[in-house]
Amino acid sequence: MPKPEILDPQGKAVLGALPRLGFTGVSEIRQGKRFELEVAATDEATLAEIDKLAETFLANTVIENYTVRVEQA
Amino acid sequence: MRVGVVTFPGTLDDVDAQRAVRVSGNEAVALWHGDRDLHGVDAVILPGGFSYGDYLRCGAISRFAPVMTEVIAAAGQGMPVLGICNGFQILVESHLLPGGLIRNDHRRFVCRDQRLRIENTSTPWTSAYERGQEIVVPLKNGEGRYVADAETIARLEGEGRVVARYVEVNPNGSMSDIAGIANGAGNVVGLMPHPEHAVEELTGPGADGLGFFTSLVERAFA
Repeated sequence: MPKPEILDPQGKAVLGALPRLGFTGVSEIRQGKRFELEVAATDEATLAEIDKLAETFLANTVIENYTVRVEQA
Repeated sequence: MRVGVVTFPGTLDDVDAQRAVRVSGNEAVALWHGDRDLHGVDAVILPGGFSYGDYLRCGAISRFAPVMTEVIAAAGQGMPVLGICNGFQILVESHLLPGGLIRNDHRRFVCRDQRLRIENTSTPWTSAYERGQEIVVPLKNGEGRYVADAETIARLEGEGRVVARYVEVNPNGSMSDIAGIANGAGNVVGLMPHPEHAVEELTGPGADGLGFFTSLVERAFA
């Protein structure tokens, strides 16, 4: 996700379209990315590796925050 | 000087950058993204375009190209490196320059002849200009809005590392009207507008951009 202090023009554009569609009551939209990675195991070492991958490549931590979440298939 | 111009998959402005290098009296050397050495060049230009289709983030995939390992190492040893537009995005993704470049605040692609003020003439890419000199070069980007945290902006301003600033119009919402910055040592410069498109009267808004490329020669003979 873009960091809170970073302007998110795409989120703003989506937000701007809501009234035209009749949706009200949404005060803020921010747009981010979701990556689904398939791995054989979710042990600590694997998750540490994925965290490193997220930090160095999938996210640019200068402008974005990231979280890693495990979901069982 | 021998100036390498890197071509990534999706680079557009490599040929114009090579031409600008030649017009300025330097020798252009084509470098490929898969190269594992810099073929003895004295300086490197990362040109504009849409490398890897801007997938993931602009410049994020190019940053891990084999040639970038060499460019990052050479930059650390003081080699002059100029990133233009997508090249600037690759430099911030490489952490050779601070901050980030995100979508324009008005969300539209912008293409215009842009007035800039050159504020730092001590870099190997800007020494041909006078401090405070205003130039007009083309600007074309969708994700050219320079952002950084307040501390970084203060440091860039305090250390005189804002190389070029937008004048009259801020075309993309960049913080502090920043069009280009340098690293602490001054050898690495990132610039969102395109001086390589303004090196000859016939094909650009003028030849104001030529100074970025003639600066290298001045340095070599200084």
